[in-house]
Amino acid sequence: MAIALSPPAAPAGLTRSQLLELYYYMRLTRTLEERLVALYRQTKVVGGLFRALGQEADAVGSAYALDRSRGDILSPLIRNLGSMLVQGAQPLEILLQYMAKGDSLSRGRELNIHIGDLDRGFIGQISHLGDMVAIMAGVTLTFKLRKEPRVGLVYVGDGATSTGAFHEGLNFAAVQRCPLVVIVENNGYAYSTPVAQQTAAVRLADKAAGYGIPGITADGNDVLAVYEVTKEAVDRARKGGGVTLIELMTYRRKGHAEHDDQSYVPAGEIERWAAENDPLDRYVDRLTDTLGATADELDAINDRVRGEVDRATDLAERSAPPAATDALIGVYADPPVMPLQWYREGSDG
Amino acid sequence: MGEVTYLEAIREGLIEEMERDSNVFCLGEDIGVYGGAFKVTEGLLGRFGADRVIDTPVSETGFVGAAAGAAHMGMRPVCEMQFIDFISCAYSILTNYVATARYRSFLPCPMVVRGPSGGYVRGGPFHSQNPEAAFLHTPGLKIVCPATPADAKGLLKAAIRDDDPVLFFEHKYLYRRVRETMPTGDHVVPLGKARVAREGRDLSIITYAAGVWKSLEAAEILEREDGLAVEVLDLRTLFPLDDDGIVMTVKKTNRALIVHEDTATGGAAGEVIARINQLAFEWLDAPVRRVAAHDVPLPYAPALEDFVLPQTSDIVAAARWLAKY
Repeated sequence: MAIALSPPAAPAGLTRSQLLELYYYMRLTRTLEERLVALYRQTKVVGGLFRALGQEADAVGSAYALDRSRGDILSPLIRNLGSMLVQGAQPLEILLQYMAKGDSLSRGRELNIHIGDLDRGFIGQISHLGDMVAIMAGVTLTFKLRKEPRVGLVYVGDGATSTGAFHEGLNFAAVQRCPLVVIVENNGYAYSTPVAQQTAAVRLADKAAGYGIPGITADGNDVLAVYEVTKEAVDRARKGGGVTLIELMTYRRKGHAEHDDQSYVPAGEIERWAAENDPLDRYVDRLTDTLGATADELDAINDRVRGEVDRATDLAERSAPPAATDALIGVYADPPVMPLQWYREGSDG
Repeated sequence: MGEVTYLEAIREGLIEEMERDSNVFCLGEDIGVYGGAFKVTEGLLGRFGADRVIDTPVSETGFVGAAAGAAHMGMRPVCEMQFIDFISCAYSILTNYVATARYRSFLPCPMVVRGPSGGYVRGGPFHSQNPEAAFLHTPGLKIVCPATPADAKGLLKAAIRDDDPVLFFEHKYLYRRVRETMPTGDHVVPLGKARVAREGRDLSIITYAAGVWKSLEAAEILEREDGLAVEVLDLRTLFPLDDDGIVMTVKKTNRALIVHEDTATGGAAGEVIARINQLAFEWLDAPVRRVAAHDVPLPYAPALEDFVLPQTSDIVAAARWLAKY
């Protein structure tokens, strides 16, 4: 097992514009989420709101290692808004989705980033997150059977590694040598449960040994380290080298969802991560200190992001909710015709 | 062309669909080298190769999930549950993911999960189950329960071609006990169309799977001993449920008895009865009754199993009560 906890010296073989693009996606993730919080407080985002504050690097850096032009596919978890943006989801689509609008990608049927679009290479997860490892095992089994040089990437959290579905899916994928990269985002907590109560394993990546696959732990708050370690696994998978398990060490600075007051977190822990290990702060320092980016360049990106989010918000707010009876459409490809009164006895529908 | 058994008919269906469509492939435990616990897939590995007949780890969630992922990508996987009792291991992924993928995400999930269900074989609590009702409650799944060899083949071919996930409950008691000559050509039986297995005018037995054969036996006895002309309606599929077929037979005989091997409480009979109430209540001359298993886990000892499962004599008794009502 390789462990890469220190940041790489070289900028991961990325061009200058790619390095700035990584910054753009991380900033877009944070700004878009801040907008979602504002809309949530206005009750325009309904249900729960799940934040990725402090985890932007692991989502963006890992998804950036995929090759969309080759048809790679990812399945995110709830804190991977950044992965979705890298994979081509637009801010407007995200806002429509969170605001439960009729013209959202799920037409109001699903929450947050539980959305799929095979053309753009994402498959919406379900809340039973371990299941997605099995689903992505099948997606990538198809790549293998058809001899297509495509790769799948699936994200789970530290909590999902305790589920049976995670084990069954990972084992199946490993046996079949599917071109799959499995990322475990270790953000310290599954809802309120700390990792030490989730597993007796020292590292979640150690679990890889049980499947006969490589397991790697990396610094999830260093976007370039995340990119490098994921790229290596993606390249190995594409060449027929099978599955890699990557554990990305990060920290969940917000609660499980916005309602969660995090009373279970030791005093000072959140503040320490915010002050010392914020992925955006770290990357800004890196870009300006050693990679030659200027403050003006980054400000221009910040302005661009704000403009995009503002425009998307205006459009999303004007969008209508779904028509109530649309709820009955689309369970089956060829729906059995059930008159409305079947479900509402006594009505005349 | 000679007669083939129910089991051989299923194998014929699999082979024909695999030959017709290279996206069809099979996965499950011991289905390749060994040919399956009941030998349904015997010979398929040699014929189609290891890419299309995949022996999996013992992990129903793993391979059902993998099938769903492959189905999204345009494949048409057919999963075998070694015994259908093990489908409950995949209950979560089937109901939460497979059944909802189209509705939530517009991702097609054309896949079949098939396997031997049913009792009367001294299999005990974990090799005899009839779990169809556990899934009938889940929008997004289709449920098929064939009774005859021709239907087993034709419905399986329709299930494989269907664009939605289909649970295909074979009956192991029937595997080698019923046989018939297969219809020629590309024999596909559409899902959602019930079959009148026996014509009658005095009362209707509405049933499926092994219940069809028990009901036909009962109908013979009732004709011989009571002079009753009993109609037997084989539902074939529980979802879609053939409301028109159910209403037609109720309007014809005005008395309905629902028979299934699954336990009574929460079983499919309750749904059929609700539909009769809603669609044909005024045509009834008697309350609708059901004959089903007692509400206990299925025990092993012959004396216990025979008592718990519905027998021909139970159907005869219930039908006599109905006819006299």
